[in-house]
Amino acid sequence: MMMNSLMHPGFLLILAGLLLPLFKGAARTAIILIMPLVALGFIWTLSFGNHLSFEYLGHELGLLKVDAVSRLFITVFALTVFTGSLYCCKQANSTELAAAFCYAGGAMSVVLAADLITLFIFWEIMAIASTLLIWSSRTTSSQKAGMRYVIIHLLGGVILMAGIAAHVYETGSITFEQFQMDSYASIFILCGFLLNAGAPPLTAWLADAYPESSFSGMVFLSAFTTKTAVYVLLRGFPGTEILIFIGIYMIFYGIIYALLENDMRRILAYSIINQVGFMITGIGIGTDMALNGAAAHAFTHIVYKALLLMSAGSVLFMTGKRKCTDLGGLIHTMPVTAICGIIGALAISSFPLTSGFVSKSMITQSSVDEHILWVWLCLQAASAGVFLHAGIKFPWFVFFQKDSGLRPDDPPWNMQAGMILFAFVCIFLGVFPNVLYTMLPYTINYVPYTAAHTVTQLQLLLFSGLAFFIMLPLMKRTLTISLDFDWFYRVAGIRLFDVLMKMIVALSGLSHVFCEKICSLASRAGQLSLNSSVALYMTLVLLIFTSCLIYLLF
Amino acid sequence: MTSHLAVLQVVTPLLAAPVVVILHNKTLGWLIATLVSLSCFIIACVLCLQIYDGNNIVYTLGGWAAPAGIEYHVDRLTAFLLIIISGLATFILIGARESIDNEISADRLYLFYTAFLLNLTGLLGVIVTGDAFNVFVFIEIASLSSYALISIGRDKRSLYAAYQYLIFGTIGASFILIAIGLMYAVTGTLNIHDLHERLAHVQDSRTLITALAFFIIGIGLKAAIWPLHIWLPDAYTYSPSIVSTFLAGTSTKVFIYVLIRFVFSIFGIEFSINELSVQYILMSVALIAIVYGSLQAIKQDSLKRLLAYSSIAQIGYMILAISLVTVAGVAAGLIHVFNHAIIKVTLFLCVANIIYFTGTDSINKLAGLGKQMPVTCGLFVIAGLSIIGVPLTAGFTSKWFLIKATIDSGYWLVIPVIVISSLMAIVYIWKVVEQIYFKEADHAHVVTNKAMPYSMYVSLFVFTAACIYFGLQTDINVGLAQLIADDLIGARP
Repeated sequence: MMMNSLMHPGFLLILAGLLLPLFKGAARTAIILIMPLVALGFIWTLSFGNHLSFEYLGHELGLLKVDAVSRLFITVFALTVFTGSLYCCKQANSTELAAAFCYAGGAMSVVLAADLITLFIFWEIMAIASTLLIWSSRTTSSQKAGMRYVIIHLLGGVILMAGIAAHVYETGSITFEQFQMDSYASIFILCGFLLNAGAPPLTAWLADAYPESSFSGMVFLSAFTTKTAVYVLLRGFPGTEILIFIGIYMIFYGIIYALLENDMRRILAYSIINQVGFMITGIGIGTDMALNGAAAHAFTHIVYKALLLMSAGSVLFMTGKRKCTDLGGLIHTMPVTAICGIIGALAISSFPLTSGFVSKSMITQSSVDEHILWVWLCLQAASAGVFLHAGIKFPWFVFFQKDSGLRPDDPPWNMQAGMILFAFVCIFLGVFPNVLYTMLPYTINYVPYTAAHTVTQLQLLLFSGLAFFIMLPLMKRTLTISLDFDWFYRVAGIRLFDVLMKMIVALSGLSHVFCEKICSLASRAGQLSLNSSVALYMTLVLLIFTSCLIYLLF
Repeated sequence: MTSHLAVLQVVTPLLAAPVVVILHNKTLGWLIATLVSLSCFIIACVLCLQIYDGNNIVYTLGGWAAPAGIEYHVDRLTAFLLIIISGLATFILIGARESIDNEISADRLYLFYTAFLLNLTGLLGVIVTGDAFNVFVFIEIASLSSYALISIGRDKRSLYAAYQYLIFGTIGASFILIAIGLMYAVTGTLNIHDLHERLAHVQDSRTLITALAFFIIGIGLKAAIWPLHIWLPDAYTYSPSIVSTFLAGTSTKVFIYVLIRFVFSIFGIEFSINELSVQYILMSVALIAIVYGSLQAIKQDSLKRLLAYSSIAQIGYMILAISLVTVAGVAAGLIHVFNHAIIKVTLFLCVANIIYFTGTDSINKLAGLGKQMPVTCGLFVIAGLSIIGVPLTAGFTSKWFLIKATIDSGYWLVIPVIVISSLMAIVYIWKVVEQIYFKEADHAHVVTNKAMPYSMYVSLFVFTAACIYFGLQTDINVGLAQLIADDLIGARP
């Protein structure tokens, strides 16, 4: 028991996170670099099956269930924690690293959960730790964004909890397995999961909160919340048709908002939604090939998105600027950052010989196999869109475009090392896709590099690249903000709350007047009316009492 | 000796009270009060072990048998509440000395301990007695002493708060007395078990209906169920911190016990639920209480008042759970009674520390406190997470069982209320967290000339540990609560 709980990669990272503030300097660096690797080692030494159970709330919880899917996700999570830690081991403050480790540990524990209660518990821990991670950048805007973020996620948490409670009531089982879409319980659970994936209508939290985190915080944030949501959807709702529509919506939502955006990290945040859309579409299609594609895409996406964010983070760290209009021409002084950023951009656009190509093509292929034409068309159009918003737009406006007058150096060596490591992974997986394919849950025979496929993809990318430069004047962003659904809770919600409060105040004022009138009718009570609240409630009590009596007696 | 345990529970604090007056010494007063509470706690635990497997203890005062004499009756529900009340009293008192010394003038300190002991007598008496009139007597003992406790502080506004509570409390207690009188008129007995048996034969009587109406209003006043809660915010805000802590943890819980006891054990489910549908009244009131309390809490600037309104919302949760009238529902209500007592006491103890350190509980003046009082603020956050209902804390267990019970009973529409109110809980706890951690300190307002004595952390640590412990290990409270719920309505077809 004890041994097994130490072997739990999630617990290991949470423990490391909690102890982290006690250490400084080299000891801290050693911990944050070694722990993720140890977690990685553990997950590959554990055999398939559940290794750790615990009695809680009258149910038997399974905390450590290893299988092919969970191993895949834990592997990429551990890799990201390692690289992220390497990237910011000298620069980040201890609060941020501690929060990041608890957050990553929570995400791993969700992935390893065999039952719904464990899943929910770590789901909430993840929400809180990620909020701390956002807050740890210690700016006013991050506090406000963090608050909106945590409210939305705890809302999702309560919805999920209601769903789980109903599910337990209906089936009597807490095991986490595929849900049948025939009850309220499953719908509640699906909504709870989807909220974390950034599905509509509450999509805006992601682009609202993540860019407010510190330059390194967002590297961690991009990896876990949405991808654990993808994982649980993959396990719980494969082949649910509505997911195809949601996925397609997210793909285009991400592209459109990213194209309108000026802040480089918000562009990348929108592109997370876009990429998660691909995965969710794959889950909605639900064939072996599609699910494999979704899992593989989650893997590769975590890597290249972390790479892009490290690149953007380096720019932010060195220049302190985050708006495309303020940046440009940085390739001359930040060559390493620029090259790594470009590799990430190529990977996200699924350029052949990069990791994105070998994973996304599986999802596209599965739509062909299933003969769902409109999905295939959407996915193809979206591939071009991805290249536009993330593949070209990010590197072009940040590293080329115009001379912004900034002359920053490349970041310190450890930040460069993090970027180079993940750039290498992107290329490596693109060149040797079988390394990734052998880790996938289902055995399928898929060869990404067929002549037809490669040529199609290249054509698609080249033409959309052409389109970008032809329409360049349109692509230039000015200092604007784009309105989104979050207006409803950021502005309308607060106004509604104010109105409600005023109504309450007005109502209690009215009832005071009413009550004083009643009280002044009788002289003794009239004296009491000096003290209106006593008078009010005495009247209330008597009124309620009399009405109860009248009602009950007659 | 062991056969007298039930009555010792009440007699010990009652006898200790005059002793404290005679000794007229604050240290001895504290020592006696703590030891007496501790002994009550130990007795409660022993009693609980004795009756755990269902052999209820019946103790006849002076050897006079039931209908004529007064009977003390200990069953699982009784033991559960006894443990909560005496446990809270003990562990609050252990670390309370400094805070009490600070907030109450020295010449009244011995009176504080006297009133505290009397209050404890009253609360324990209400629970342990098996006689309806005796319930009223003990309610009065508890109430009168709590008026004294509230007004004993230096804050002059507490006098008015106590006066307000006095008026409402007296109305409430009188209503309860009228209800008991009416029942006596119908049945000719005051013994709770006797009453239950005889009332079963006098269904459909207007006297009885009136009795229930009087009782519900009376207990609504005492337990601060919306809209009869008005005395509570003032009473909690202006009384000395330790008094608010103790009252928040114990007094409303005891009246919820009385509600359960009367509705389920005296009037009986057949009458109060099947015929009169009291549960719908309770449920609608509870739902309003939950939303209203949380909304008001968001608005408050005074930390104590914020917690007081949050209590009103939490009482709503308990009433909501009980009004489901299922085994799961009543169990959920009792679990929340237990957990909320612990959580609210933790929060109030944090406030006690904050007031000791800064001299104010105005949230706007607490900017930057997180750096000056890292331990207290950290524990406040833990307890705050617990009241929101974050997993691995006691609040989560409550919420889990409440939601489960609600769904079990098919009240799907109640779920959104629970969802919305937990979001509001986040907002009002966050309001405080934002001030203490993320605002720059404004030293002009904060008086920070005191070093915190270590003793003030003792109780706080005990209760925070309990918040976490009962979030992880739920066998004790959940197990017991489910047995009690089975006892109360398990036999229902």
